[in-house]
Amino acid sequence: MMRTSGNTVERLFVGLCLLAVFLPLGLLALLIGDVVLDAVGRMSWEFISGYPSRRAERAGILPALVGSLLLIALTAVLTLPAGVGAAIYLEEYGKRNRLAGLIEINIANLAGVPSVIYGLLGLGLFVRALGLGRSVLAGAATLALLVLPIVIMSAREALRTVPQSLREACYALGATRWQAIRRVVLPMALPGILTGAILSLSRAIGETAPLIVVGALTYVTFLPDSINSPFTALPIQIFNWVSRPQKEFLVNAAAGIVVLLATMLLLNIMAILLRNRLQKRSA
Amino acid sequence: MVQALAWESAWSRCLPDNSTLMPASVRAPEGSQGEHTSRQSSWGGMGVRGHVSPLYERCLESALLGCALISVATTVGIVLVLAFETAAFFSVVSLWQLLGDTEWTPLFAEKRFGIWPLVCGTFLTSAIAMFVALPLGLLAAIYLSEFSPAVLRRWLKPSLELLAGIPTIVYGYFALVFVTPALQAVVPGLAGFNSLGAGIVLGIMLVPMISSLSEDALFSVPHSLREGAYALGAGRLPTIFRVVLPSAVSGIAASVILAVSRAIGETMIVAIAAGQQPRLTLDPRVPVETMTAYVVQVSMGDTPTGTLEYRTIFVVGAALFLMTFVMNAISHTFKRRFRTAV
Repeated sequence: MMRTSGNTVERLFVGLCLLAVFLPLGLLALLIGDVVLDAVGRMSWEFISGYPSRRAERAGILPALVGSLLLIALTAVLTLPAGVGAAIYLEEYGKRNRLAGLIEINIANLAGVPSVIYGLLGLGLFVRALGLGRSVLAGAATLALLVLPIVIMSAREALRTVPQSLREACYALGATRWQAIRRVVLPMALPGILTGAILSLSRAIGETAPLIVVGALTYVTFLPDSINSPFTALPIQIFNWVSRPQKEFLVNAAAGIVVLLATMLLLNIMAILLRNRLQKRSA
Repeated sequence: MVQALAWESAWSRCLPDNSTLMPASVRAPEGSQGEHTSRQSSWGGMGVRGHVSPLYERCLESALLGCALISVATTVGIVLVLAFETAAFFSVVSLWQLLGDTEWTPLFAEKRFGIWPLVCGTFLTSAIAMFVALPLGLLAAIYLSEFSPAVLRRWLKPSLELLAGIPTIVYGYFALVFVTPALQAVVPGLAGFNSLGAGIVLGIMLVPMISSLSEDALFSVPHSLREGAYALGAGRLPTIFRVVLPSAVSGIAASVILAVSRAIGETMIVAIAAGQQPRLTLDPRVPVETMTAYVVQVSMGDTPTGTLEYRTIFVVGAALFLMTFVMNAISHTFKRRFRTAV
């Protein structure tokens, strides 16, 4: 099967392929290196705990950081029950049912809709029709709809890993379908569901376009005090700094990016730890 | 006996796809045929023992169905919102103005509503992106599937997928602050905002989308096909280009079209690095404006709701939605064809 003919054309081609793998990876390293290098002079406690300022060297990121965390927490509250519920329906109840087939196609389609369109939906539906205004709640509801397809897909993936024989054993013991799901299937699938959920939320935290369209503010000197309060978020603040002509604000943008990436990394590590821990418990 | 046979066949029909349509109690495993009649009674939620009532079960199922229907409501909501505002727009501006004009100036005093400059900007950045992403993604997929040792592959694939996890605002920063200045040293007359730098970075972002999905397609081509080619005396490269790639072509096409759709819908990279000047040009060195960037531009300003300018973002959104929807549908068709072929 493995022919090791060492002709030059083949070796050249393999070299080309290797280049195609490592060029993007190299660029990724370059990107992160560049951002960190740009940011290193600006990273300080004052930056993280400060409020925005017209003077670049005094500007901080606290309202954006708090806004992002609040937004993600709210998004999680809104999207997780619905997403897991939908996944349970599709995986445990809806097999071979035409309606479920339709929902499935619809979810696949939604996953391909550009995020900026979700912003327009949020603007038309939550901000205007439901009168939530340009609030944290409207932003979170928009993000919740945006990540819902991903949450559903990853939760289904997790439910699928529970062996069919366990469900059958439950039925054999006289359990109803819901009892089997509640007592056996869900607990077993929980690590996978949670990991997938945290990963999709960490993707939501980097979303910029839908929040801009929904109407996140770009210059906020206060912390959001309720879910109806106006807000800003990390990516919005970064965008604001990037689009200013002065060079000093670009440094702030780089520092903001480092904070954003660090938050995402933290969420991802949390997901991995959680999975390992829960898996050990159920094993 | 006849009944037992019927159950037997129902059982075997259920086996291959792990279906949960029937509770396992009906699919009596071998050796328990004697209990068929008593088990049959629990089919459909009747005769359930324990403290859970059938009504409760039914309610739960409906609630879960309700969760699943939220996704359908989302689609309906998107279509309704876009259609509603677009209809209001067309009550003032004709379709002919939208498609017949070559200037897009809704924010100026003299308003003109030709959508082509925005479409052109989107086309230009996406084309540049695909020019980068297609060769890199495809070659990377070939390497991962055909040449890479299994250990390396386990590391490389997730590493490449990291590229897709970086927020696009970060790529936008990178395009503006690093890539464009670097390109300016090589390309004469390159403006600070241009579709070239934005397109290249967009392409890098799309590499894992093409490489991952194409690699799945290549990897699922049965090994017997490769072995058949080797047995006929074909070398490795002829086997890849004549046998493996053609067998996986619809899977690869699905991934490429999905990447195009993603390129069209991508917002922040082009909003930051490609500029905000709608113009009908194929020159990659000058500032342009994509459809998505226009939506961002208007949203950043303080355009009052309900005005014509405000409605233009929904019109542009509707056009964007239609384009990506068609792309995604085509990609889906290819994917299904691939699944049935292999």
